[in-house]
Formats: sequence, C-alpha cells, structure tokens
Amino acid sequence: MNAAHHHPARLPAITRHAVLLLTAALIMVPFVWMVSLSLKPPGEIFRASFTIFPEHWHAIENYTKALTAAPLLRYMCNGAFICAVILVLQILVCAPCAYALAKLEFRGRDTLFVLVLIGLLLPHQVLALPLFILGYQIGILNTYAALVFPFIVSPFGIFLFRQFFKSIPDDIVHAARLDGLSEVAIVWRIMVPMAMPAIVAFSIFSIVGHWNDLFWPLIAVRDEALMPPPLGIMAFRNEEAGNDYGPLMAASTIVVLPLIVTFLAAQSWFVEGLAKGAVK
Amino acid sequence: MTATTAETSRRMPSARAPLAASPRATKLLDAVAAWTLAGPAFLSLVVLYFLPVIAVFVIALTNWQFGAPSLSFVGLGNFAEVFADTGFRNSLLNTMVYVLIVVPATVIFGLAIALLIENGQSLRAFYRAVHFLPFMATLAAMAIAWEALLHPTIGLVNQTLSGLGLPTANWLRNEKTVLPVLAVIGIWQNLGFAMVLFLAGLKSIPQDLYDAAEIDGADQWLDRLRTVTLPMLGPVSMFVIIVVALRAFEAFDTVQILTKGGPGHASEVLLYTLYRESFEYLRTGYGASVTIVFLVIVVALTLFQARVMDERVHYQ
Repeated sequence: MNAAHHHPARLPAITRHAVLLLTAALIMVPFVWMVSLSLKPPGEIFRASFTIFPEHWHAIENYTKALTAAPLLRYMCNGAFICAVILVLQILVCAPCAYALAKLEFRGRDTLFVLVLIGLLLPHQVLALPLFILGYQIGILNTYAALVFPFIVSPFGIFLFRQFFKSIPDDIVHAARLDGLSEVAIVWRIMVPMAMPAIVAFSIFSIVGHWNDLFWPLIAVRDEALMPPPLGIMAFRNEEAGNDYGPLMAASTIVVLPLIVTFLAAQSWFVEGLAKGAVK
Repeated sequence: MTATTAETSRRMPSARAPLAASPRATKLLDAVAAWTLAGPAFLSLVVLYFLPVIAVFVIALTNWQFGAPSLSFVGLGNFAEVFADTGFRNSLLNTMVYVLIVVPATVIFGLAIALLIENGQSLRAFYRAVHFLPFMATLAAMAIAWEALLHPTIGLVNQTLSGLGLPTANWLRNEKTVLPVLAVIGIWQNLGFAMVLFLAGLKSIPQDLYDAAEIDGADQWLDRLRTVTLPMLGPVSMFVIIVVALRAFEAFDTVQILTKGGPGHASEVLLYTLYRESFEYLRTGYGASVTIVFLVIVVALTLFQARVMDERVHYQ
C-alpha cells in the first residue's frame, strides 16, 4: 500500500510550494513596490527599468520628507490616541453589559439583547448621516470627541463578551458573591480577567478597524491636526499631487507598518480576532 | 440572588439575602444592580444606534438640505427621485458589477489557497501570514501603492506588459478598465480573509470521513476533494460568500482615494454616492434615502447569513 495510508492523500509538495510561492509573491507586489519606491531618488523612480533596490539610496531623504513635509507623526499619534480611547471606552461600556446579559436575570434583559442584535445588524455607514447631525448639534464636529463618540459602544463587543461570559460556570459567580464581592467587582476582577482571549480578540478587531477607518474621519474632521493616518495620507497625497512618489511611498509605508509588525509578532491572535469579526 | 432563577436561590442563600427581606425587594435590588451595569451600554445603543436609524428613515421622507432653515415632508418622493436618477442607477449597477467580480474571485482563490495550505505541513504559518497581510494593511495607504503600481508610464504593471509586448492602459483613467481594476484591489484585499475562514472550515472536517472515503476507494487527492472536502465545506462557503459580498458592498476607500467615482461616473459605487450626496452636496434627505437602499441590501444579506449560521451553529 502507499505511504499515504493514514493521511489524507496529498498533492506533490513541489506543486503546493510552487503555486503558493507564486500567489504569495503576487500578493506581496504592492508592498514590495511601495517599499522599493520609498528607497529611491526621483531619477530612478521615473526610469523605465525596474529594480527592487536602488542604485543610489534615497531612503533617508524620502522618509525625512515624509515625516516633515506633512504632520505624519501627528497623524500616527492621533491614530494611536483615537484607537486607545475607543477601545478603553468600548471595554468599559460593553463588559458590564455583557455580564448582565450573560449572568443576571432582570426585567428588560431580552429587550436589551434585541437592541444589541439590531446594532450588530446595522452597517456603521448607515449611522453616519444622523451621527454627523448629532455631532453638529452638540458642537463637537472637528474635535477628537467627534472621532470617538460613535464607537463608545460596540454591539459586536457586547455579543462576543456575552458568549464568553456564558461559558464561565455560575459557581464562580456564586463563590465570588459569598466572598462579598459586588457585582461591579465581579465584572472587573473575575469575569474580564477570565475572558482575556475574548478581550484580546476584540481589541485586535477594534484597533485594526479604527486605525484603518477612512469613512467616518472623513466626515467628522476637517482640521489636519486631528486627522488619523488614513485621512492624513489622503491629504498628503492630494497636496503632493501624486508626483513626489518617494516621500509619498515612505509615508504609506510608515502608516502601514505598525499594524503589520504587530500582526507578524502575534499572528494567530490577529487571525482569530479578525475572523471572529466575520459575524459582525 | 442575582444571576439565577428563584429555584436556585432557594437552594443556595446569597450573601445579600439578609439585607433584602422579601423576595420582591431582592428582585428590585437585582434589577437595580443589573441596570446599573447595563445602563451605559443601553443608553449608548439607544442614542448611537437605535434613534439614528429611526432618524434616517424620517429624514428620508423630507426634502431637508443640511443647514437649510426649513424642510417639508415629501413622502416617498426621495425614493422616486433616487430610482429615477440615472446617476444612482449607474452607481447601483457599478456596485453590482464590482460585487459580482469580487465575490466569486475572492471565494474561489481563497478556497484554493486554503486547500493548498492545508495540503501539507511545511510553511503553513508563513503562507497564511503572507496571504492575510493585505486584509489588515491600511487600505488608504495601500491604495496609494496600487496607484503607483498602475501608473501609466512608470508603473510596474504597464512596464511588465509592454516588456511582454502586450497592450497597456491608463488603468484608473479609462472607463472600461477602472471598475475591474478596483475589483482586483478588492480581491487582493479580501482573499486572505476568505482563506482564513476556509481554513477554519477545513479543520472542522472529521478525519473519519476521509478514512471512510479511502475505504470506498477515494484515495486520490482529487477524489477526496470531490467526495468529502467540497461537500463538507458547503455551509462554510455560503457563509464566506455572504461575508465577502458584505465587504464588497462596503467598498469605499479605493474609490474615494483613487478615482472619486470617475472617469465620468464609471467607478461610482453605492457607498461613495451615499457619502457625496450626504456630506459633500449636503442633500440630506436624498442622502438618507440612498442610505436606506444601502441598509436594505446589507441587512438582507446579514439576515440571510444569520439563517445560514443558525443551521450550523447554535448560540446558547
């Protein structure tokens, strides 16, 4: 009998690697092209022949210009700040609610859960128009608050935490109560630490989503000093009129880099977090 | 007793029981505790989700222009205008074309790559990481990289094509090529996502089925694929198709950054129309009715997805 008796029959390894290396290379083309252009002087960028590495390195000039000609560092700090504030608020708002839904019985619980499901169903772009009007009415458009307020509650976060909390045995909750812990203390000292996998998955989902979001920031802010990276890089490109490719590609590289480095460091967490988001 | 039914509270006295004399008082205290915990989320859901959706429907019935001092109800007039508008119909058609290119290609390539990765042990994590990279890379920045790649004279695409003696094009400025090219970027971005979902689906196929298939004589890779893998992936595939379709309907960043719906209106898609009407032209009433068309499509797909999921997964 053949050697594959106990394994699913396989394609020849060489076929597998040949095809996957080819598709992987194609997937990488935009990244490689971006980084390559970010290292080159204008003369080499506008030359007809193509090499990955430059003859004359122009990386320092390009990256310096990217960081100085536009407030790129400011954009990055804005992005980090907005993502952090959104995530902290989301966890503060969602975890207690998820605990109540998972472990407490009270009048109105089903109504609350229906509200969560409705929220889960709605694409956020649908809310942009009324939220824009709300932001205008309370006078917070074009501030950090405008970038944050639509996202302080995440129906997906409540849903995910509730699922996880439900899997934690009731006995643990009873024991904590007998120890004299308040309900609030149970949420933060028992449930949330035990639900770390769900918290991490949700954090990745939230940070990736908000770091990359262009749609809402485009509506919410005009002031360059408030722009998160996607909006900032768009403004930079429009100012540069798309002709100064080296610094533009350097700026793009800087914007994409933080998430990619974190992703490569914690790959399986990312894949899990973002795949979970598929139900959203 | 807060978390449990009346039955369990009889079995197990709670720490708070002495404080609350009557069962009714306990119940009241429980409700207060629960709503204290859920209150902030409840209020935010109402203010940030529930009321805004209702507001969209109400605004869609008016002729309001943002900033205008007055408005009047026009009934379903906006919807009549939306569907009579050749611009909107063009946008809807473009979106359909975009979705119909992105979804099959993303799902088929995603499945093929997942099958290939699962087919051997070596370099699994590496292949998975590389193919997944575009999904989490900031699309606004990568769109600019794509623009350089597609540049008519210095872009790699045209350099390669002319090197091979093939015809070149100004891909993003040509009415015929712009939408397919944006769809290629969409496929590039979402392929890894489809792959990851398929990989999860492949893991859940029980080994027994492969063993049984082998006893039945299906010992070649292609036989196994046909008799076991693909039939078992049916429900997952349905799920992936809908998830990718939802993402394709939400295409916006590449259009906003690369084409602004042009040339002409050749790459105008639904979400871009929604954005432009609502926030650039400030035609609030009209924008709200475009929003509702978008909402109906996305909600229909999501509900369909929830039904597909319910048949496989049972939430507690």
